Amino acid sequence: MRSPAGKETQKDRMGFWERIYLPEIAKGMATTFKQMFEPAVTREYPEERFAPTGSYRGRPVLVLEEDGERCVACGLCSRVCPALAIQVQAGETLERDKERYPEKFEINMLRCIFCGFCEEVCPEEAIVMSKDYEMVFQNREEAILGKEKLLTPVAQLQDRLEYLRTHQYYEPK
Amino acid sequence: MAESLSIFLTALIKSVIILFGVFLPGAAGSVYFERKISAWIQNRIGPNRVGPFGILQPIVDVVKLIIKEDIIPLVADKRFHALAPVIAVTTAMATFAVMPFGNFVVIGNLRIDLNIASNVNVALLYVLAVGSVSVYAITFAGWSSNNKYSMLGGLRSASQMISYELSMGLSLVGVIMIAGTTSLNGIVEAQANMKWNVFTQPLGFIIFLVASFAETNRSPFDLPEAEPELVGGYNTEYAGMKWGMFFLAEYGHMIAASGMISTLFFGGYDIPFVKQLFPSVFYDGALILGIMQVGFFLTKIAIFAFFFIWVRWSLPRFRYDQLMDLGWKVMMPLALVNIIVTSLVMYALR
Ligand code: SF4
Ligand code: SF4
Repeated sequence: MRSPAGKETQKDRMGFWERIYLPEIAKGMATTFKQMFEPAVTREYPEERFAPTGSYRGRPVLVLEEDGERCVACGLCSRVCPALAIQVQAGETLERDKERYPEKFEINMLRCIFCGFCEEVCPEEAIVMSKDYEMVFQNREEAILGKEKLLTPVAQLQDRLEYLRTHQYYEPK
Repeated sequence: MAESLSIFLTALIKSVIILFGVFLPGAAGSVYFERKISAWIQNRIGPNRVGPFGILQPIVDVVKLIIKEDIIPLVADKRFHALAPVIAVTTAMATFAVMPFGNFVVIGNLRIDLNIASNVNVALLYVLAVGSVSVYAITFAGWSSNNKYSMLGGLRSASQMISYELSMGLSLVGVIMIAGTTSLNGIVEAQANMKWNVFTQPLGFIIFLVASFAETNRSPFDLPEAEPELVGGYNTEYAGMKWGMFFLAEYGHMIAASGMISTLFFGGYDIPFVKQLFPSVFYDGALILGIMQVGFFLTKIAIFAFFFIWVRWSLPRFRYDQLMDLGWKVMMPLALVNIIVTSLVMYALR
């Protein structure tokens, strides 16, 4: 039997046994029964944690070298951020070779979508995505991370920096 | 006077035992195993935090439901809104009144029937009647909530139950013809020693099975509560323990349906052949036989409850028109054919 539009449908191609459903139902039930004895894929989170690799895009952080942050407060990350999560206020100093530094650097984690654009656009490789995926906040104010929370020693970010060097974004000078 | 009082008292005691020994643990157990089995089928672990293997999960579920706020919509019809969950639970429990858990035991000179209402001769009709009352719960819930989704769920359930009740009733005619009685004990005795109706009435069994899925509103016939289209269907506007009562009723119905399937088609409490093999130990009325019969019957219930859950996590939900097609165009005629064939065969073998 053809459908009114004249097109052959899936239903028209079904044989008798498929039409009366019962054998197909039995097949489906056999499949789910087998599944019951497969090992579970659940990771029991608080006890078992996920260990991300360098390609993981977690919470964006600022890279901290021995002599201070890498960021020169150019504001590109703030400009590119699609979620408008970053606020940078530039300051100047004569104490270091790098004269510009961010006086204020804030990322609003309620806005951030972990796209990684800030990292991609940064000319100094000063903002990178970390492996941190456990972000808990008690209120909105707490979710706006200032410099003191963002600055992370470069030693902790080796995986990501390595990944960036060997993959897409980075072009050696 | 004294006799009717004693009948009343024994029935009361038996009801309490069945309520706290079968109905509530059964419902709690099926809630737990519903979650566990769905988890196993989906390669998950399921509840495992509360108590060993998470077995206390149903208890904390109930505690959560009880301490929740009971929200009644402002425009709801308050009386019917409150009445609906009560009807749901009551009808779910009512089936157990006639379900034979065993034959009878004799202690001293006291004969105790192992069901609440001893050997009612219209038990089967009673079960069907009670089953159709349960549709009121859902229809009332849907109508009184004054909510489009609930209303649609209620209407769906009403039409679904009416369509499936017919084929359900008709599918049992064969069973009644074979047993020659509508008493559930009689039907069980007629199936003694593996003369199970599932072998003599395979078509009737399939129709009854499908219809009981529809009657219990369980997947693949859970259209009244189709989450994706109807939010939650008839129970959208219920909160807290009132919602929990619908939940309890669903699992109660499931266990009742499992009990009916095993009674009507799988020999019920009867343990095949033991009475012939060891007549000195297992005679009618022996305590040990009674206990074993109850255990046997409860095992069968558990197996079918597992089947209900297994089906729910395997099969997709029907579309509304497919459901109606199946009910009226397939199951009804098949049930009639089944009656005709059964009567012809019985006439030939007479
Ligand atoms: S983090 Fe990079 S892009 Fe952003 S202001 Fe600093 S230097 Fe510029
Ligand atoms: S990851 Fe994306 S959204 Fe988050 S701060 Fe960087 S650019 Fe903005």
